[in-house]
Order: sequence, then C-alpha cells, then structure tokens
Amino acid sequence: MSLTTSNLESHGDDDFVDVEPQGESDGKVDVEGRSPLRLAWARFRADKLSMISFYVTALFVIVAISAPILIKLGVLDPQTPDYTLIDYSTGGLPIGWGGGISWSHPLGVEPGIGRDVLSRLWLGATISLSIALSAAIITVIIGTVLGIIAGFSGGLVDSAIGRIIDLVLSFPSTLMLLALSGVVVDRMRDVGVPNGPNGAFVNGFYVVIVLAAFGWPPVARLIRGQVLSIREREFVDAAILMGASRSRIYFKEILPNLWAPLLVYFTLLMPTYVSAEAALSFLNVGIKNPTPTLGNVLNGALPYAYTDFVFFFVPAAVIAAIVISFNLLGDGARDALDPRAAR
Amino acid sequence: MSAEQQPGRHVDPEATTSTEPEAAPAQHAATAVATDGSPGHVQGHGASEAPADAKTLLSVEDLRMWFPVKSSGVIHRTVGHVQAVDGVSFEVAEGASLGLVGESGCGKSTTGKLITRLLNPTGGSINFQGRDIATLKERELKPLRREIQMIFQDPYTSLNPRHTVGSIIGAPLRIHKIVPENKVLDRVRELLEIVGLNPEHYNRFPNEFSGGQRQRIGIARALTLNPKLLVADEPVSALDVSIQAQVVNLLQSIQSEFGVAFLFIAHDLAIVRHFCPEVAVMYLGKVVEIGDRDSIYQRSMHPYTQALLSAVPDVKQAAIGGRRERIRLEGDVPSPINPPSGCRFRTRCPIAQDICAKVEPPLLQIGPKHKVACHFPGTIGNHPTKPATTGLLGLDADGNADPRASASSELNTSPGYADRWYDIDRQSMTGA
Repeated sequence: MSLTTSNLESHGDDDFVDVEPQGESDGKVDVEGRSPLRLAWARFRADKLSMISFYVTALFVIVAISAPILIKLGVLDPQTPDYTLIDYSTGGLPIGWGGGISWSHPLGVEPGIGRDVLSRLWLGATISLSIALSAAIITVIIGTVLGIIAGFSGGLVDSAIGRIIDLVLSFPSTLMLLALSGVVVDRMRDVGVPNGPNGAFVNGFYVVIVLAAFGWPPVARLIRGQVLSIREREFVDAAILMGASRSRIYFKEILPNLWAPLLVYFTLLMPTYVSAEAALSFLNVGIKNPTPTLGNVLNGALPYAYTDFVFFFVPAAVIAAIVISFNLLGDGARDALDPRAAR
Repeated sequence: MSAEQQPGRHVDPEATTSTEPEAAPAQHAATAVATDGSPGHVQGHGASEAPADAKTLLSVEDLRMWFPVKSSGVIHRTVGHVQAVDGVSFEVAEGASLGLVGESGCGKSTTGKLITRLLNPTGGSINFQGRDIATLKERELKPLRREIQMIFQDPYTSLNPRHTVGSIIGAPLRIHKIVPENKVLDRVRELLEIVGLNPEHYNRFPNEFSGGQRQRIGIARALTLNPKLLVADEPVSALDVSIQAQVVNLLQSIQSEFGVAFLFIAHDLAIVRHFCPEVAVMYLGKVVEIGDRDSIYQRSMHPYTQALLSAVPDVKQAAIGGRRERIRLEGDVPSPINPPSGCRFRTRCPIAQDICAKVEPPLLQIGPKHKVACHFPGTIGNHPTKPATTGLLGLDADGNADPRASASSELNTSPGYADRWYDIDRQSMTGA
C-alpha cells in the first residue's frame, strides 16, 4: 500500500481559495508563511513607544559591544589617572566647569583621580549589561527546563520541583548574597575560576551565579503553568502518536509555544538585573574599583553628590535610561505577542 | 456487513414508509460529490465496505479504563474509580470501518485513546495484527505507532501553531527516518495534494488556514506513515455542516484508495450511518449494541439505541408534516464512579424489570452480525415481557439463580461474530 495522487482526485478544489493572503492584488502568491512571531513583530513595529525603546536598547547594546574595541583603539581610557586635571585646593574636585568637562573629557573627570568619566561609564555599561545578560540567560534556561519538566511530567516530579521552588523562594537571597560573598568567592578561586583583572571576573561570576540561582523559580512557575495548558492540546497527543521522544516533545513541540512568555520575561529580567547589579556594587559586593560597572561608578560618585553634581547625575541617568528602555521593550513585546491582553 | 448487502445506494423495502432517519449531513455529503464537478468513486453508502473475507486487524477484548479518583489533601488516597470504559469488546477488519456512537461521556473518546495507547488501559487486551499492544512499553510501541494513527476532533488545537504545515506533515517521516531528508518535502507535497490542498502551501502556518483546511492537514499528517488503522475521534464535529460533508467524502476516498481501516468515533448518527458499515453503540463505558448498518438502523433491539435513533431529526418526515414518536429518556446519565448494578441503562430504561438490577446482560449475538446487551431485546414495541437471556445464563425470570439450569456453554462473549447465534424468538441457538 502506498499513497499516491495518481488516481485520486483532490476534493474541494474550491476550498483553498480563501488561503490567498488578503491585500495581494498583483496576483503574486506569497509562498512564505507568516509565523506567529512574524505577525507579532509586525504589531510591535506599529507601536511607536515600543520602537523608541527598541532603538534606545539597541543603542545601549551597541555601546556595550563597542567598549572593548574603542579601548583597544585608545579612544576610551577608563583606567589612567590624570592628576593634572584635579584642583587639590578644593579638596580634589576637577578643574573647570561641570566636573571638568572639556573636548577630551565630554562628561568630565573623576574627582580626586582624574579618570575619564565617559570611558568609565562606557566600559561600566559593557560589564553591567554582560552580567545582567549572562544572569538572565542562565535564569531563563534553568527556569524553562525545570518548568517544562514539572508541567509535562506532573505527579511526583512536579511536586518535587514545586517544593524546591518554595525552598529557594524562602531563602533570604540578598542577605545570603552579602554574607557569603567573601567565602564563596575565595572558594571559587580555589576551584579554579580565573581571577581576571583585579578579581573582576571571579566577582562578576559570583554575581551572575547568585542572581540566576535565586532568579529562576518565578520563571519555572510561569513556564509550568503554560505547559500545563499546552500539554492538553491535541498536537502533543499527535506528537506522541508519531512516536516522538520526550526531548522532541519538550523542545520541538512545547518550547516553540513558550517563546512569547520567555521573551517578555527575559526583557523584564534585564533591567531587574542591571539595577540589582548596581545595588550590589553599591553594597560593595561584586566587581570592585578600579574595574568600572554602572553600580560602582555611581557608588564612587555618591560623596560628591553636592559638590560635583554632573559626576553623580550622569551614571544615575544612564542606569535609569537602561532600566526604562528595557522595561518598555518588555511591555511592548508582551502587547505584541499577546494581542488579546488589554493595555 | 452482510454479504447480501449491495454496495452503493442503500436499498430498503421499508424506506418508503419514511422511517429512515437519513438526516441532512449524510445526504449533503452524497450530493456534494456529485455536484462539485469531480465525479468520484464515492457514491452514497458502501464506499467503506470491507471485503467479506477481510482479516481481523484489531480485536479489542474486555477493555477497561478506570481512572482513579484521589482524595484532596497532602496524601492523595484513591477513593474511587471513574469507570470510563468498562469491558468493551469489538473487532475491526482490515479496510473496514466501525462507528462508535454514544452520548457525551460514554467513553467513546477514551476507547479511541486506549487503542492508540495515549492512555494505558487498566485491563483487557488490544490485539492489533495478532499482537497484544495493551501492555507494551513506550519504546516497544514506537514501531507500532506507524500502523495506528489518529485524526483529532479540534483542528485548532491539533496542529502546533509554531510549525509550518510542511514540518507538521513531515515530522513523522523525520522521527521514523523513513525517507531521506531531501525527499521529505516531495512526500509532504504529495500528501497535501491527496487531501486536496495546494502542495505549494507547505511553507505556511496553521493560522493561515480555515477549520476545514486544518482538518485536511491533520488527515495528511495521519496518512504520512501509511497507517493500517485510523482512529478518527469526532473528525468532523468541530466543522460546519457543508465542510463536514467534504471531509467525510475525503475520508471515504482515502479509505477506498488506500484500504485504511477506520474506528470512527462520532455522536452524529447520520454521519456514522453514511460512513460505517458497522456500528457500535456505547452507554456509560459499555457497548450496548453492535451490528452492521442495517441491524442497528433498521432493527435495533436495545432500548437505548432506539432512543438515540428516535432523536435523529428526520428531514423527510418534516417535509410531509408528520412527527415521529420520540422516545424521551428520563433523568441523567448515572455517575461512572458509581454505576448502577446489573444493566447500566436500567435507571433510564422504559422496559426495565427486576432482573435488570440483579444481572448484567451479556453482549449476546442475536443475528449473523448483530449483538445486543439487553435482557429484553426487541424492536420498538416488540420487547418481550419475559427476559430472553435466562436460558443462557441459567437464571429464573426474576434474575435469581435457577437450581435446575446452569449457564449455557454456548454463551460466547469473545469479540467478533460467531457462525451460530441466539435466536431470541425461538430462544435457542441457530446458525446460518
């Protein structure tokens, strides 16, 4: 027995007339299909605020990527002190207007040391965004895998993962983060995590691990809930009937239906982690001076909030801009991916 | 299907008395073929007729699915069972089609899911090509997945919205690695053409198709692996009536072309009559009557089947202004957690007597291709006053054990039909 078309008329030839996409009067048939993600992208593009936040976010991403290149080219120099720009008679404030703004230092220089503020913020954005990005990716991966397994398996596996989530959520994570930082960082050095310049790598690594370790439970819960509804749809049964393996069902059938909530959650995690990293730097956990992050640049500016306002204002504004643009991007993504949800 | 039944248009001497409940969808289906300009091989009934000497493909015996009911709280104790399917037996021959009808919640769909092994049966056997697949593990099932496929009820949830039509239909080929990767697309195009869709639309997503087209995609996916048995779980009930006819015609032409056997689960009696030469009627997890099309639709013996059939709207009757007597069933379907003793239908049965509460009626063969599970089997108005089954079961008329009689050895409860059956008029076994 084999299926051939040779002697079988196709039924209802008139049935697929309405498939031709609307608005194509030139008679050309658009063979490429429009996936739900592409439809969402079209909706996203129609929203002005979303597009502005998209461009701002893209600008920050380009800034972050370009910093190491510009440092190598010598355009940016975040580390070299220049004591000639400091007026020691005023207690270390930079010489000149607005914290020493000049053509060579567009955002001025640091009081006391004379390092270029723009360079430090530029590299700081790179490091902060890399930490937030790595932590967000790990968070989403752990949460998604555990959420899919819990939601699809049900029963004992589901309960076990549910209890682990409860346990992690009940940890006082900020306290742990502060209390354990010294011990755990030393231990990580012993295990062989590279130190990096001034311990920047091992400290950054610690922040990433801790943010991800305490960040995944909400993702897992969200995904579990989604999977509970997806697994009842008949295409999952159809995949089982095809003889599909568990991993194929998880990652080829269910996961593609989770892109929307994951994308939204991811864009909302980024600003959370950027500000979390800033707060931790502020508390002297994580990457420390002289390696700049948005958090420790702001931390360093705090004593000069009255005397050198520009130096304090600029890093605060950059953090705010990153957080707001990512948040708006996340909101826009949610609206575009789920058109039924009211704004 | 009896051998003397003519393929083609169904001829019945009593049809002129307008008791034939042939309803609109079936007629529409028959005319749709004639009018859409493709003079097909589908002409009324009989397209799904199995050859008389066909081998048994699927034999289900005493199939049971009891879902545990758990108590709430920390420790989930099992406090009862939902007896969704309880002792169902039937056979499907190669290339044949069996219709499974019954009201909502009677276990039709569960039976379908058991046969495709989406559920693990609590008991009983499912013999497919002579092999019991009821207890096979997932890994052992994989080669069998090629043979048994399913068409789903809801075309909006049965296709993954994130996959293109090509990857949906091609997925079984990739999973079983039947054809090389560069041949998958050719096969997908071929299948799209078979189900009447544009083969160049393989790149599109399900959201770009209508309900009927989506159902065709689902059918193409089910056909990908050249299955021997298709379980169609209400394949047309989510579609509107004009599309129903097209899809039913498509299924019929597929069956006659490729010799696929169908287990056709539906609640629409007219469509089942159109599609299935053999019909099983289920009530509360049990088969109450099973037989060929004529036996069920013309000479049904079970009061539940008769009630179901009397509820089918009759266009011809409406045209001449008359009204057929409707058999109205009192009350609701009892809970499958705690079904009635004896015959499960007795709480709503107009002819129930004491014996019905005491003894469960066996699914008794009463004709060459007709089985019924009732103590008082008979056509409407001709139900006997004394139980017809007591002789076989060794009981007296009240359902108590008769010391002078014993259960007959001729009581046959295996699936399929025997050469000898119990003649209810003469109360003895007869043969062809």
